[in-house]
Amino acid sequence: MKSRLGIQAAVLSLALLLVLIGVWHVVTLPAESAAAVDDEYAKLMGAGAQKTGGFPTPAQMGETILRHLADPFYDHGPNDKGIGIQLGYSLARVAAGYALALLVAVPLGFLIGMSPLIYRALDPYIQVLKPISPLAWMPLALYTIKDSSVSGIFVIFICSIWPVLINTAYGVGAVRKDWLNVARTLEVKPLRKALLVVLPAAAPTILTGMRISIGIAWLVIVAAEMLVGGTGIGYFVWNEWNNLNLTNVIFAILCIGVVGMALDFVFAKLQRLVTYAD
Amino acid sequence: MAFLQIEGLTKIYPGSGGKPDTVVFEDVHLQIERGEFVCIIGHSGCGKTTILNVMAGLERATEGVVIMDGREVAGPSLDRGVVFQSHALMPWLTVLGNVAFAVRSRWPDWDEDQVQEHARRFIELVGLRGAEHKKPAELSGGMKQRVGIARAFSIRPKMLLLDEPFGALDALTRGTIQDELLAIVQQTQQTVFMITHDVDEALLLADRIVLMSNGPRAVIAEIVENTMPRNRTRHTMHHDPQYYRIRNHLLDFLVNRSRLYQDGPLRAQHDPKRPRVVRPGLDDTTERPPAQVVQLRH
Ligand SMILES: Nc1ncnc2c1ncn2[C@@H]1O[C@H](COP(=O)(O)OP(=O)(O)OP(=O)(O)O)[C@@H](O)[C@H]1O
Ligand SMILES: [Mg+2]
Repeated sequence: MKSRLGIQAAVLSLALLLVLIGVWHVVTLPAESAAAVDDEYAKLMGAGAQKTGGFPTPAQMGETILRHLADPFYDHGPNDKGIGIQLGYSLARVAAGYALALLVAVPLGFLIGMSPLIYRALDPYIQVLKPISPLAWMPLALYTIKDSSVSGIFVIFICSIWPVLINTAYGVGAVRKDWLNVARTLEVKPLRKALLVVLPAAAPTILTGMRISIGIAWLVIVAAEMLVGGTGIGYFVWNEWNNLNLTNVIFAILCIGVVGMALDFVFAKLQRLVTYAD
Repeated sequence: MAFLQIEGLTKIYPGSGGKPDTVVFEDVHLQIERGEFVCIIGHSGCGKTTILNVMAGLERATEGVVIMDGREVAGPSLDRGVVFQSHALMPWLTVLGNVAFAVRSRWPDWDEDQVQEHARRFIELVGLRGAEHKKPAELSGGMKQRVGIARAFSIRPKMLLLDEPFGALDALTRGTIQDELLAIVQQTQQTVFMITHDVDEALLLADRIVLMSNGPRAVIAEIVENTMPRNRTRHTMHHDPQYYRIRNHLLDFLVNRSRLYQDGPLRAQHDPKRPRVVRPGLDDTTERPPAQVVQLRH
């Protein structure tokens, strides 16, 4: 019954894709009547106008995708690197900034969750800092850090930190009193209690924060790389836009979506791993 | 001196916003001997859980002390095993994991084999052999409660504190686990303090039944001695003539007298240090407030 639903859904998805490509194909067909005008227009403008202008057709798109996938890791100098390498740069920055954020947010969240005093003391800062767009930090980061790549990492750090911090604090603060009382009657030492009782109890909430954070980090890295340039998928998109190469832009957008989906998938798996039925 | 002494225990919750303080219970005295099984019965809200938590060291009393084995209870300790009403199993651990966690806490320098073997022994003791690798969510209510009991017993505490451990169970399961508990307790000579709402449960398990009056300002109104022989079972105790006498006495207290201690003559006659001790059917003081105070038996 369930698998039948799955097959039906897959068929429908596929049909939708075919319809979309079909519509795309029809819309981007070179119009016959306009062609004559275009010819003269082309003569006036010189050759090349027709080639770069206009939205790519599905066939052109498919060709581009195949070309990229055939050699995703080529490196022809600073402005011409394969999509795999650009994605690699972006992922590395996200990984670095995200890991730093976890290193700060999880212990700090523990502290906030366990101590009402620290919670109250830090709450105003968190409330003010949280709604700031991570990109607003960019000028400050560039000025103080001076390195554009590290600034990108900093921006990822600052945007990943809040969901993890808040969820950890909440999860730790909401650990059921019964479990803490069990630990107390067993005279469990504080560190052992934190690792063996509080952490597993709060893990589902923490993982939820981590999943939100990784999603935000992947959204932000594209914008950050458009700003700082150099390498990365964000820079790639911006560069291809400057080249007026829309096929490459569309291809990059697709890649961003697929990688984002993969990241979310991984974190969903992790989340399922630490979730307990109660 | 008794194994466990409760002396002058009072719990007051300060009233907030101009409201008067809430005195939950007042000047509670109780002695429990080593190896004794004591049940406490009283209406909801009279402060039974609070007393148990103070005994466990999980909560502080406003006044008074609890002394166990010659030492004042200042905080939770491995010497006192607690079975919580809500079983309080850690849902991310298996049955074995839950018990082993306690065993490891008790004997940190045991190696893993020793821990597992000890934990398994107690899981078997409560009849859960074969369920070692199940998570609490996969267990029935009765099985969860048994894991809680295995966990509390496995650390070999000097005393067991049980807060309505079978409250959420159906009568059939409850009976089975009561039998198991009774067997384990008799085998290990445990000292037990248990809260219950079930008169029959108290009659089966307890050597003495402590009756608490209604709150606020609850007191230990009476202590009823269970005069049925200790080898009683769930199936035979109904045939004991004492059974109905004690049972009626307990029910009469819960229905009629438990609310009469807030003020009036019963309160005035009440001696917190020596609550009345009753042996229904054997004393002639059963139905009426006593003329003389019956001494505690030690
Ligand atoms: N934080 C608090 N502030 C004020 N009153 C409280 C607080 N906590 C508990 N109480 C009161 O203390 C009294 C005793 O509570 P306790 O849980 O010990 O009752 P109990 O006898 O175990 O009841 P039950 O049989 O329903 O479990 C209750 O009347 C409750 O209203
Ligand atoms: Mg209670």
